[in-house]
Amino acid sequence: MAKSIDVSDLNIFYGDFCAVEDVTIPIAARSVTAFIGPSGCGKSTFLRSLNRMHEVIPGARVEGKILIDGADLYDPEVDPVEVRRQIGMVFQRPNPFPTMSIAENVIAGMRLNSRKLKKAEAAEIVEGSLRRANLWTEVKDRLDKPGSSLSGGQQQRLCIARAIAVQPQVLLMDEPCSALDPISTTAIEDLIHELKEDYTIVIVTHNMQQAARVSATTAFFNLAGVGRPGQLIEYGPTTKIFTTPENESTEAYISGRFG
Amino acid sequence: MTSHAVEGTPRPPRRLGDRVFSSLVTAAGVVILITLAGVALFLTYEGLPALTAQAAEIPGADSFRAYAWPLVYGTLLAAVLALLLAVPVSIGVALFISHFAPRRLASTLGYLVDLLAAVPSIIYGLWGIFFLAPRMVPLYEWLAGHLSWIPFFAGPASTTGRTIFTVGIVLGVMVLPIMTSICREIFLQTPRLHEEAALALGATRWEMIRMAVFPYGRSGIVSGAMLALGRALGETIAVATVLSVSGVVSLNLISNTNPGTIAANIALKFPEASGIEVNILIATGLVLFVITFLVNFLARAIVGRRAEFSGAN
Ligand SMILES: Nc1ncnc2c1ncn2[C@@H]1O[C@H](COP(=O)(O)OP(=O)(O)OP(=O)(O)O)[C@@H](O)[C@H]1O
Ligand SMILES: [Mg+2]
Repeated sequence: MAKSIDVSDLNIFYGDFCAVEDVTIPIAARSVTAFIGPSGCGKSTFLRSLNRMHEVIPGARVEGKILIDGADLYDPEVDPVEVRRQIGMVFQRPNPFPTMSIAENVIAGMRLNSRKLKKAEAAEIVEGSLRRANLWTEVKDRLDKPGSSLSGGQQQRLCIARAIAVQPQVLLMDEPCSALDPISTTAIEDLIHELKEDYTIVIVTHNMQQAARVSATTAFFNLAGVGRPGQLIEYGPTTKIFTTPENESTEAYISGRFG
Repeated sequence: MTSHAVEGTPRPPRRLGDRVFSSLVTAAGVVILITLAGVALFLTYEGLPALTAQAAEIPGADSFRAYAWPLVYGTLLAAVLALLLAVPVSIGVALFISHFAPRRLASTLGYLVDLLAAVPSIIYGLWGIFFLAPRMVPLYEWLAGHLSWIPFFAGPASTTGRTIFTVGIVLGVMVLPIMTSICREIFLQTPRLHEEAALALGATRWEMIRMAVFPYGRSGIVSGAMLALGRALGETIAVATVLSVSGVVSLNLISNTNPGTIAANIALKFPEASGIEVNILIATGLVLFVITFLVNFLARAIVGRRAEFSGAN
């Protein structure tokens, strides 16, 4: 079910601009990997290259290798649509479909996979996914209202519900809690703990405590300088990164002594 | 709580710039209303005598209703035909430009489409009668021969090709540019976030377009179609050039006997009209005015029905 990811020598470009350089990192199945690092260092960019969402931007491309359970992700034979059905994603900014109702938003992915969804089945998936995203109680009486009628934090949880409804094998989350209050954040972290039993999870976060709480492995990205590509500085077990990092800049970043 | 707040919300102070600007736009709005009211008044005033005219005074019919009905029917039929042809094509072309064509090709195409909108309608009329009509004849003959059980193709096929169907095609081509332009603009404005949301769920390009682009652009598509319909309803010279009219009401699209349209009828008859005939022509103009109004009303209602879900919020 869950898949491991092996990245080697990956460079990621926007046109001629190299945004991320020379990343090599193994990502274990059935575990949580956290990406931390200063703004603009390429965490989102790297995350998006893991489900081939990077290439939907005109001129964007990658060099290097990503293996998903040993299979080359960027093999010309591989259909990116198929990839994205198995590797789900929660974006940094909430993006529910404004023209769909809350319930339709949740099952949007299911509808793509299997056209014919029985009504009862759909209702079950909607309720289950919304409960796990800690949104059910707030929206259960207005499931037919548009997704855009929710608050920012609610929209983000709706997007999380939409992503987990299809039961992806890998779940990529880009700062899923940045707009959430502590209660919802705890709920999402509980959800992550629960999901990692079955899925591979990669999460980008600016919240050190969150990285420490949810992840088994942490990877620290940094910029070599202004206008230079972002780089993976180091990765390792979360406890080690947060107590005895090898690199000085990692130490500086996590202890908040960062210029 | 001060007594102030209890009395109701006081008007907030407004800046001078705001006041000037709001007066300006209000004035612009009022100008539109006055123009519209002026046109309506003129049409009503000049058209009323026709409604009460004696049967003998009305050329070719014994009441104004009987006179106007084939024209109304022809107008609607030609416009609907045009729209049926133009809507799918322009949505397709707009999508190709906005989401499929490579960037260079897309901008060239967009430019060409905008150029087409500037071609005067008499050119379309001449193209229709000299180029399109003769080339449609074999098709009409085939339709009359093989599909004559469908009322639309009952025949006998026109030998000149100057049928309401040909007019529908000419009008369709005429309204294509404006509709394509509007659709393209609205498709290009689909938020990337929504497109990416669909793609990340594993949507193919077409599924992404159905999930994100069309719903977002729905009201724009309807507006574009309405503008196109307005142009098709009111088109005069191209129709007058192409159509061979005999004032019948029939479903048959491919024969020599076709209903006329209001605008073309006015253009053809006006030079020789006098007295009550002028009033009659103006009254048909009033009818066209009302039809256009109703059509737009309907379109607004369609757009407004799911405004909540429009994506504008
Ligand atoms: N669509 C794009 N086109 C061109 N350059 C881009 C694009 N998106 C991001 N970049 C550039 O790529 C670099 C990495 O951006 P990215 O969004 O991956 O950073 P990030 O680590 O996620 O930052 P944050 O923590 O603020 O979200 C930045 O220099 C950014 O300007
Ligand atoms: Mg980011």
